[in-house]
Amino acid sequence: MTRQKLLARVRESRLFWPLTALAVILLFDALFAPGFFRIGIIDDPVYGPHLYGNLIDVLNNGAPLMLVSIGMTLVIATSGVDLSVGAVIAISAAMGAVLINPALGDRLITNDILTADTTNTPLPLIILADLAAGTLCGLWNGFLVSRARIQPMVATLILMVAGRGIAQLITNGQIMTIYYTPYFWFGNGFILGLPVSIYIVAGVALLAWVLVRKTALGLFIESTGVNARAAYYAGLDERNIKLLAYTFCGFTGAIAGLILSSYVHSSDANNIGANYELDAILAVVMGGTLMSGGRFSIVASIIGAMVIWAFTITMYTFGVPADALTAAKAVLVLLVILLYSEFSQRLLGRWSLRKGPSHDAAH
Amino acid sequence: MTQRTKLFLLNHGPLLTTVAIFLLAYVIGGQLYPAMQKPQVFFNLFINNGSLLIVSIGMTFVILTGGIDLSVASVIALTTVASAVLLQNGLPPLVVMPLMLLMGIAFGAVLGGFIHFLKVQPFVVTLMGSFFARGMAYIISLTSVTIKDGFYNDLALTPIYIPFVPNAYVYSYALVGPVLFLVTIYLAFFTRFGRTVYAIGNNEQSARLMGLPVGRTKISVYAFSGFCSALAGIVWSIALLSGYGRYAPSMELDAIASVVMGGTMLTGGVGNPVGTLFGVLINGTIVSLLQFNGTLSSWWTRIGVGALTLVFIGIQSLFYVRRKTSG
Repeated sequence: MTRQKLLARVRESRLFWPLTALAVILLFDALFAPGFFRIGIIDDPVYGPHLYGNLIDVLNNGAPLMLVSIGMTLVIATSGVDLSVGAVIAISAAMGAVLINPALGDRLITNDILTADTTNTPLPLIILADLAAGTLCGLWNGFLVSRARIQPMVATLILMVAGRGIAQLITNGQIMTIYYTPYFWFGNGFILGLPVSIYIVAGVALLAWVLVRKTALGLFIESTGVNARAAYYAGLDERNIKLLAYTFCGFTGAIAGLILSSYVHSSDANNIGANYELDAILAVVMGGTLMSGGRFSIVASIIGAMVIWAFTITMYTFGVPADALTAAKAVLVLLVILLYSEFSQRLLGRWSLRKGPSHDAAH
Repeated sequence: MTQRTKLFLLNHGPLLTTVAIFLLAYVIGGQLYPAMQKPQVFFNLFINNGSLLIVSIGMTFVILTGGIDLSVASVIALTTVASAVLLQNGLPPLVVMPLMLLMGIAFGAVLGGFIHFLKVQPFVVTLMGSFFARGMAYIISLTSVTIKDGFYNDLALTPIYIPFVPNAYVYSYALVGPVLFLVTIYLAFFTRFGRTVYAIGNNEQSARLMGLPVGRTKISVYAFSGFCSALAGIVWSIALLSGYGRYAPSMELDAIASVVMGGTMLTGGVGNPVGTLFGVLINGTIVSLLQFNGTLSSWWTRIGVGALTLVFIGIQSLFYVRRKTSG
């Protein structure tokens, strides 16, 4: 009886499905990719001794997606969606790259000025500008959704279409290469042998968790997502809650842009953060948050993002070309759809009922 | 009489605004750049935006039911690659084309089936379709494949002169869009299928209670969109005489933006293919204006389309609120 209850509790937990998916992928690796779990220590001349290996790559490469999916979780929980995160990443990255450019504002630009390892803008200011640009984008989305009352998908579509254009406008259409070494620390640095980016994710996740679980904000977000009008009649200003969710999503997108541009040492307005909006939505859905809003779990979304990257790195290990990877990803989405659809949920529910010891006519 | 005019304006306001903005943009362009007054520039809109027009028409129906189809651009890419490889292997074009159309229909129908039977959001399902089609395109060929088929060459390079307009021509593939447009006008307004689409978009529950075939219609709408995407893919492969997985990047966005600019509401039930035609023309006009200007950079297209989408959404909601209050 208690065993049955425990099983039911485990199955009903938000973390069950994403953790199962992660376990299945890792099990697959353990069986078919010997050496996938090998973690070594490398003494890097720049960043000192640190760990390396596929699992570290999952964490480091997946960090931007994890960040974005934290923000996306809150937005989806208010029954919205933010399609513009990829564009926000591009804008934030473009902002950083332009400000770092040591020849900023100069008329005469020579190659050694451009490729010098210096900048005229202090690093904190660059970071601040990055974050401000992304947060502003989020604020714009939130304004359109909460004040102008435009459907979330359309409202964020506007920035999705225009955003990469704006990013190109900022960089003047160039693919900016970054030569300023301190900037690389965010995407390539290590603290205590682990990537810096993972600490950033932990920090943002903790911030979000404290905000939504230690204050009433999480409850407000959920009630807005379940029924915005009812939340309004209950005395909640659902407009500001939506505004906050979208702004926070823009903020996380900005950090993701910072890490990504730091990781690849450049900002390419057309390609940086491509498909991130879709991956983030996938991560959130995998984490069990319904697209229609309501109950959400930040940790489950982060694990969802990990699943996507564990899957990606696994595919790379098997030599699948990056372009063809999307087909494999489609299979992943298909599995998610099948698992989470009402039909299969009903089937699962019936199955567990039948196995349950105390099922009677009342059910 | 005035009451009637008012009602007409309220009902067709967004569409009339779209048409007006298109004409305005075109006339202003003509004033700024005299070369734009040539009739050929107008016909170039159809040549350059043939694929976009076709997928946007398919997208219109999907959006009218309240859904969305994100897979169109990837299906275009898949069609170009698949047909290029099949042609290279010696299959005759008259076999390849129907095969591609069948593939598009089947693809759309499967997506529609997922949406209807599993009750999953169209957004997620068509996203999967998009991933799948794009990936398949790369699995077939990672590099660009040229088409050397004689029939495709003829279709691509034979100009058809427009009667009564001197020196103006289109290529045969540019006519596919307008023909499809006429067919869909008939479909939307004069068939049971079209009317059911509108009913579902307005309220799926009441459509079902009225006994309308909701499931069948929804699946056929996605199948139709798949058909349009495959058709657009064929047009694309004729126009560029090659197939490549990277073709039509984020064209689904352009298609959605064109549909929205054409006055179709993303909540479904309001709008029509006529607006979509003008939405596509506006999109094309912006690009032409940038080309004629020459000093403006390409990214202004995207910013312009984004800004115009915002303007149109504003106009739409204005009309919508007015119509609701005036009963």
